[in-house]
Amino acid sequence: MKKTMYEKIWDAHLVRSSADEVPILYIDTHLVHEVTSPQAFEGLRLNNRKVRRPDLTFATMDHNVPTTDRSLPIKDLIAAKQMETLAQNCSEFDIPLYDINSPEQGIVHVIGPELGITQPGKTIVCGDSHTSTHGALGALAFGIGTSEIEHVLATQCLLQHKSETFEIRVDGTLPFGVTAKDIILSIIGHIGIDGGNGAVIEYTGSAIRALSIEERMTVCNMSIEAGARAGMIAPDDTTYEYIAGKRFSPKDEAFDAAVEQWKQLPTDDGAKYDRTLILDAAEIAPQVTWGTNPGMVTDVTGQVPDPAEMASTDEKQATEHALAYMDLKPGTPMTDISVDRVFIGSCTNSRISDLRAAAEVVKGRKVADTVNAMVVPGSQAVKRQAEAEGLHDVFRTAGFEWREAGCSMCLGMNPDTLMPGQRCASTSNRNFEGRQGKGGRTHLVSPQMAAATAVTGRFVDIREFSS
Amino acid sequence: MEAFKEHVGLVVPLDRINVDTDQIIPKQFLKRIERTGFGEFLFNDWRYLENGDPNPEFVLNHPRYTGASILISGVNFGCGSSREHAPWALQQYGFKAILAPSFADIFRNNCYKNGILPITLHADVIATLSKAAHKTEGYRLMVDLEEQSVVCPDGTAHTYEIGDFEKYCMLNGLDEIGWTLQYETDITAFENQNRL
Ligand code: SF4
Repeated sequence: MKKTMYEKIWDAHLVRSSADEVPILYIDTHLVHEVTSPQAFEGLRLNNRKVRRPDLTFATMDHNVPTTDRSLPIKDLIAAKQMETLAQNCSEFDIPLYDINSPEQGIVHVIGPELGITQPGKTIVCGDSHTSTHGALGALAFGIGTSEIEHVLATQCLLQHKSETFEIRVDGTLPFGVTAKDIILSIIGHIGIDGGNGAVIEYTGSAIRALSIEERMTVCNMSIEAGARAGMIAPDDTTYEYIAGKRFSPKDEAFDAAVEQWKQLPTDDGAKYDRTLILDAAEIAPQVTWGTNPGMVTDVTGQVPDPAEMASTDEKQATEHALAYMDLKPGTPMTDISVDRVFIGSCTNSRISDLRAAAEVVKGRKVADTVNAMVVPGSQAVKRQAEAEGLHDVFRTAGFEWREAGCSMCLGMNPDTLMPGQRCASTSNRNFEGRQGKGGRTHLVSPQMAAATAVTGRFVDIREFSS
Repeated sequence: MEAFKEHVGLVVPLDRINVDTDQIIPKQFLKRIERTGFGEFLFNDWRYLENGDPNPEFVLNHPRYTGASILISGVNFGCGSSREHAPWALQQYGFKAILAPSFADIFRNNCYKNGILPITLHADVIATLSKAAHKTEGYRLMVDLEEQSVVCPDGTAHTYEIGDFEKYCMLNGLDEIGWTLQYETDITAFENQNRL
């Protein structure tokens, strides 16, 4: 039978499946961080259970770590306690931990691929919805809740229903100035934030093939913003080149053998998806969100929509709420909107290629007087690489703050937050109310657009700005 | 987990679509290492004013909904972050069931694991029930898991779907980890076979 990549990985990981039971799926890699895990470890202790495979479990601290000088004590005592708890749990259960002082520390979805932990064909879970990022290398990766974390710790398995398959094919060539971030934002704009509910998305087509691995991660990362269980992209030579030589990737003959196996993963010709959507890359423009979820998005050349033009009463109401929260008037051109803050970071866009692209825009320019801008690399390794290339100087000279690695203002659990009423151009993935700070107003954009916005103080069409 | 068979409770309508988990429990409350203490922060940013007083506009603060245990809301309830703190907060506030036209996947899963019943009903039914809750003070519904139905005060019943396994787990308050562990030999066999 012809199978999709999802079905192949699914079938290869079934420990048990019978008609009247929920299938038991084996998990190859479990990534753990400080915020969603403490109650899971506590559950193990209460029930006298062990971690079945500490060797398949990796932990890091990212969500609430400070991004300022790491040699100073952490001011937020509750956050410090949570980090300390993770360290204790990892030592008690023998789990490798990349803690705040580790040279490998970083956002869990940045370091997984970076260390070669993320590999094609694997099942990967983490107590974080953006685990879908790892699908960029051809893995089946998805976010789970704390009860499920405990389940995986204890059994290395999950009880899972099979998802539908949803192919999103992007054909053609991306125009100048249009990025992977714009692809995924425009997809979410098309299908809506629940358009992927119940499905695993496989991204296909020539425009996707042409993306680097880091760009593919940006696309897969935001699959969850369309409600999808996971997002994935079939591995190819770009993938194998990326994986070669990473710390945990197979070496020498083992690598060649692995590549032979990975080549079996892509969806068979003629296999059927439950749904398919086809988009033309040439029609995608740089995107900016105007509302309070990632589906409330438009082209940078567009305008803030009018609630009166919405199809349903629910949507009309939701748009009214969003515009009131965002303090925007219908019909305002996006390029008339000015910002107070710019945030370049998060598991969506904080990798070296993102920082290079932003630095390229910023080089020889200054951040507008009215704007406070910061760059938060996704990992310490990204930070070292950027510094070796002198990118930190480019950013600092322009007036950006240059920080240590972490989630930072993507969710504002650490001291990096928006003040009430502040407006931010952000390369992160969620513009929910209060996400970056209570009363803060977030507009999602690509790193290039964020950089240009920092310079001009308002949204600009990167295609005009750069030419 | 507590077993769930049926529940009769006061209904509160939250007329919004796409209620995300960042709203259900904002991130500043995720730093706790315990499973408890989240109820008072449920819908924090909507529920409290800048000075910490209850926001009189927010529906949960209307006196007539005090003690509500059944929440009705719009499509795609629980979208966004995977934080299980969201169902913990809802449950600790006192909610036993949530009725909506659709739910986000991870959130729905997390609900089952905490004894909250997420019930998907047709958008028209949700609209009718929400209207009734607005109109009639003290409007109560009966949520029956065994029969898979939501019963209105006038006796009208609306049936809903739930997976057999989820139903079984909820009805029996089953420990899922214990359930999986009974197949430990299968897990070991799988590991051996795949040289893991
Ligand atoms: S960067 Fe943001 S979205 Fe990514 S893992 Fe951290 S908090 Fe979650």
